[in-house]
Amino acid sequence: MGTLVVAEHDNQALRPVTLNVLAAALEIGGEIDLLVAGENCGAVAEAAASVPGIARVLCADHPAYAHHLAENMALLVAELGSDYDHILAAHTTTGKNFLPRTAALLDVAMISDIVGVDSPDTFKRPIYAGNGIATVRSDDAKKVLSVRGTGFDPAPGEGGSAAVTAVASVHDAGLSEFVGEELAKSERPELTAARVVISGGRGMQNGDNFKLLEGVADKLGAAVGASRAAVDAGFVPNDMQVGQTGKIVAPELYIAVGISGAIQHLAGMKDSKVIVAINKDADAPIFQVADYGLVADLFNAVPELDAAL
Amino acid sequence: MKVLVPVKRVVDANVKVRVKPDGTGIDLTNVKMAVNPFCEIAIEEAVRLVEAGIAEEVIAVSVGGTACQEQLRTCLALGADRAILVETDGDLQPLAIAKILQAVYEQETPGIVIFGKQSIDGDNGQTGQMFAALTGLAQGTFASELTVADGRAQVVREVDGGLQTVSLSLPIVVTTDLRLNEPRYASLPNIMKARKKPLDVTTPDALGVDVAPRFEVLNVEPPPGRSAGVVVESVDELVEKLKNEAKVIE
Ligand SMILES: Cc1cc2nc3c(=O)[nH]c(=O)nc-3n(C[C@H](O)[C@H](O)[C@H](O)COP(=O)(O)OP(=O)(O)OC[C@H]3O[C@@H](n4cnc5c(N)ncnc54)[C@H](O)[C@@H]3O)c2cc1C
Ligand SMILES: Nc1ncnc2c1ncn2[C@@H]1O[C@H](COP(=O)(O)O)[C@@H](O)[C@H]1O
Repeated sequence: MGTLVVAEHDNQALRPVTLNVLAAALEIGGEIDLLVAGENCGAVAEAAASVPGIARVLCADHPAYAHHLAENMALLVAELGSDYDHILAAHTTTGKNFLPRTAALLDVAMISDIVGVDSPDTFKRPIYAGNGIATVRSDDAKKVLSVRGTGFDPAPGEGGSAAVTAVASVHDAGLSEFVGEELAKSERPELTAARVVISGGRGMQNGDNFKLLEGVADKLGAAVGASRAAVDAGFVPNDMQVGQTGKIVAPELYIAVGISGAIQHLAGMKDSKVIVAINKDADAPIFQVADYGLVADLFNAVPELDAAL
Repeated sequence: MKVLVPVKRVVDANVKVRVKPDGTGIDLTNVKMAVNPFCEIAIEEAVRLVEAGIAEEVIAVSVGGTACQEQLRTCLALGADRAILVETDGDLQPLAIAKILQAVYEQETPGIVIFGKQSIDGDNGQTGQMFAALTGLAQGTFASELTVADGRAQVVREVDGGLQTVSLSLPIVVTTDLRLNEPRYASLPNIMKARKKPLDVTTPDALGVDVAPRFEVLNVEPPPGRSAGVVVESVDELVEKLKNEAKVIE
């Protein structure tokens, strides 16, 4: 019975998207437990205990879970999940990695990237790069769902007092090893959680020119994103890609600079509240979704914008 | 070592699809179809493993209607050695597809199975990981680099925060991200040669797989519309509107 939410964290702090996933769980209803699996993640579990709406925090603290390797996480979540009706995680690269594996271990379907809860067994999710919204009813006894963070307003993070329970079972499949990681360091807000996002496309011409966007981002407290073309051309790293196959963002304000507006890019940003497009081609498709369009050379417009703010 | 590559027939990435007015799904009449772009990258990676002397044979496999033969022929033209069509009418769900591919895996016993990370129609992002669970294999998802040596594979994965590298013991499942490679074009001679390469047809029944659906799509509706806004004449006007009309900046 009830729902198991798998927390997203880096062994130090809960990632904000966990609260969006929790919001989806609250809409489903029933009792909610939160699983914090990691290594030396006790502080995360303690902090999670003060999130309202959670009955218990389950803390699985072991080196096997340090890097959330899918082979180990799936075994753990499948074992714990056998007691629940719903298992939820964020539709992030972590959730997308272990959750389908978990579902198959439990011999149930998974419903990916939900953006709405109609009832405890019926959910809404985008298909075809967001060109259709499907309403899907699960017929499995157990529902395994990944949640699009921007589809749900975050649940409150403070004021609760859940009990923290240690999980003893250790699953080390012995199939995979973590070798290393190169994580982007940035003082800016995280792309998927930022209130303002400014993204550059192929029109930026090179990586150096992204400094123009950074100036504006500093003034607006914005995160900086990019189109796939800009990433492919090597202007910026892959973790900045916004779109169907990159990150999905839905900030209050999205500013697209030198981006044409391909279907796959729109899929990642068209739920933004206000969209601004700066492009020198008046026929660029991005203008069809922009609330405010400025037909201009970005190399004039962006410095002007910087100065005007 | 064999490399198995599951490929899906999907609507071409450049087509802007529309929801059917009766809400039963996406209108695919007379729409251009193609190999799912991520599967094309998977085929390319497999062919490169053969070219590098790491693998001997590339097998493309697709689950779907007769028309999938078209996409399998494309894969053969791109360098796959043979193809298998597991023929079904109707769209199967990821778990059923993973089970079918598990049966094919058990027959072929490849050392590496390369999936796309996502099909661009269903946007599920599940099948590779589900298959890895069923076969009990290690998985390197969202791969942007694959190195194979001494019974192990090193996979660089594109994760939300940047890149992560894992080491996996063979046999393995890989799912491709966009930057793993740039697929080649099929040359005319290779397209001709592909016509003579073997393409076997089987069925889920023959493989003994239960493909019963686990969920039902009740309806599909268009996304909330977004209409074009206004064109502003200057940066000053833009800033004024963002402050006073949209009220998103101060
Ligand atoms: C399977 C698949 C998945 C994909 N996933 C994604 C994804 O997740 N995200 C994504 O973004 N794309 C994705 N794409 C790629 C997508 O189809 C487009 O190719 C890409 O979005 C184009 O990027 P762009 O707009 O920067 O480049 P372009 O289309 O080349 O547009 C550049 C724009 O810059 C403008 N410009 C040039 N110079 C200036 C200047 N000086 N001042 C002002 N404007 C200027 C031009 O007018 C043009 O409109 C995917 C494609 C495939 C096949
Ligand atoms: N019908 C199918 N036939 C063969 N392979 C498939 C099929 N559906 C999905 N796949 C594989 O699974 C990957 C991910 O698909 P999905 O889980 O639907 O996003 C695809 O890129 C293919 O490699």
